[in-house]
Amino acid sequence: MTTTTTDTLGPPRTSLGVIGWLHKNLFSTWYNTILTLVALWFIYTVLSQLIVWALTAARWEVITANLRLFMVGPFPPEQVWRVWLVLCIVSTLMGLSAGAFGGTLRTFAVWLSAAYATLIVLDLLAEQARPFAAWSRQLAEGGASQFWIAVPGVVWLLVNLALVALGWYVARGRTRWRARLILAWLVSFFVTVALLQGYGRDTWLPEIGTNLWGGLLLTFMLAVVSIVVSFPLGVLLALGRRSKLPAVKIFCILYIELVRGVPLVTILYMTQIMLPLFLPGQLRIDNVTRAIAGMTFFTAAYMAENVRGGLQAIPTGQIEAAHAVGLNDALTTLLIVLPQALRMVIPATVGLFISLFKDTTLATIVALLELLGVGRSVLAQSEFMGLQMEVYLFIAAIFFVFSYAMSFASYRVEEALGVGKR
Amino acid sequence: MDVGMVSGVRDMIIAKDVHKWFDRLHVLKGVSLTVKSGEVVVVFGPSGSGKSTFIRTINRLEEHQRGTIIVDGIEMTNDIRNIHAIRQEIGMVFQQFNLFPHLTVMQNITLAPMWVRRWSREQAEQIAMDLLRRVGIPEQAHKYPAQLSGGQQQRVAIARALAMQPKIMLFDEPTSALDPEMIKEVLDVMTELAKSGMTMICVTHEMGFARSVANRMVFMDGGQIIEEGTPEQIFNNPQHDRTKLFLSQILH
Repeated sequence: MTTTTTDTLGPPRTSLGVIGWLHKNLFSTWYNTILTLVALWFIYTVLSQLIVWALTAARWEVITANLRLFMVGPFPPEQVWRVWLVLCIVSTLMGLSAGAFGGTLRTFAVWLSAAYATLIVLDLLAEQARPFAAWSRQLAEGGASQFWIAVPGVVWLLVNLALVALGWYVARGRTRWRARLILAWLVSFFVTVALLQGYGRDTWLPEIGTNLWGGLLLTFMLAVVSIVVSFPLGVLLALGRRSKLPAVKIFCILYIELVRGVPLVTILYMTQIMLPLFLPGQLRIDNVTRAIAGMTFFTAAYMAENVRGGLQAIPTGQIEAAHAVGLNDALTTLLIVLPQALRMVIPATVGLFISLFKDTTLATIVALLELLGVGRSVLAQSEFMGLQMEVYLFIAAIFFVFSYAMSFASYRVEEALGVGKR
Repeated sequence: MDVGMVSGVRDMIIAKDVHKWFDRLHVLKGVSLTVKSGEVVVVFGPSGSGKSTFIRTINRLEEHQRGTIIVDGIEMTNDIRNIHAIRQEIGMVFQQFNLFPHLTVMQNITLAPMWVRRWSREQAEQIAMDLLRRVGIPEQAHKYPAQLSGGQQQRVAIARALAMQPKIMLFDEPTSALDPEMIKEVLDVMTELAKSGMTMICVTHEMGFARSVANRMVFMDGGQIIEEGTPEQIFNNPQHDRTKLFLSQILH
């Protein structure tokens, strides 16, 4: 018994601090100690070999030499400024959103800035780049008309970094801009597609067919369009499945069950081969659109099942209360049921979108040059034979970064929405 | 102000021979009840007697299969417009509050006036604040339901129902899910509401409330009305054995 005046006792020493944690979790018994030591030895062996290989033996020039291919694929080099411009739009919106919303978006803006800064440093360090010299040489050769086209990546990166910072500075604390920013993101989506696609042949913005889109750019387009379209489609299917109209209900059930019963690869093949058969001859749709359609149809079915889970979890009392205050069925669904149901299915939905993002790699088998497809075509070049390790590690790292970002965002959104609510 | 008041008391709710089945289970066996404007009717009886089901047929949360229900001159039919017209005349308070957890107290109250009555936000919020003051919790306006106590939530639910300016209020065991110390704050609000002349049907076992506020008491058992009368008649001189038995069980 202690003789101190307080009646609360501090926790025992062994449960506190690093030593306490180590003792409790890693060395509590003799067999745990052995397990810990074996695991440590294993991790050390693997990691040390990987690091030594990455720093000495690995030939990372396969990445640096083909960086443009990895990023945009066969997109015409003299038109790559369009992609940079799109990135500028994204950077600006990101900066503005970071200012207006704060929270997770600010974290993302910081990550983005860090990525830009890293790339700038790497670019300046890279020997073959000498960006500014190349720029002045190109300007000297091509004259002022080449100015846009010849702007080196470092400059674009610096501009993007500046735009993030500027956007944040301008919008910080301006919560009233939030609604407008959400609208701006939606508009930017269409601007992006229009800008990349272009129009006509000899215009200032010549048309670039989607068959020339590739790399990370194509991966993003596949994923973003599929996500944006499949989300509302999935919600409608889920509502349709609970509809009182038998025709709607049966159609939705059939659609959901049929699509879920078929592998994505099959659907991709079918949209490539069968979609043109069903559509009138003069309506020509390209490979990329077909692949997007396939992924959208596929994801919408899974989305519908996620949403249905959320809908079922809404207590009937909520619907009764909405009816009792005079809301009709449509308003009850829109204002009471969906907001609660969608909030409940955020984790499952983000999981679905992450797997969709990774499944875009399946588009390689229908001859699209997205990130993985570019990787394979790079490996087919004779000078880069046998560098699978470097290429696939690079691709895996890119997928991990974006998947983790989505997962991180979902946790933060859940936390934010969970505050003060049930 | 109200045409009906000029000509004196009128019938707000007329239920005639209302029958209801859940699948094969006959839960309402010909319930007939007429409630006049400004009247406070307390419905009580053992669980499973059909009292909740009966008041839920009045605003069509449950469909009745035989008989007629007329609310303020509008007959309840399968026509969805009819149902909506009737629901806008009736406010309802539930045992489990059923507040919308994703909306603040203020949004809970203003939602229906803004979307159904098409009031402006300013007007709806002003009336919501008046109602919150009336139920005694104006300071909770911008909290979420989960941040309030049960008694406070039920008072918000009453304010939400009143915001649509109903002519009738239905209470379905409003205090059964509350901790004992919170029952009084809800009953006080209900008493004040009854004194203001609201037409009310309350399913409740709060016999103190019934004795002091009700104009009429209705005892239900087995899907039927067994006995009805003033509180004095019911408490001092019940006619049926089942009424006597039930009262002796709950009044100890």
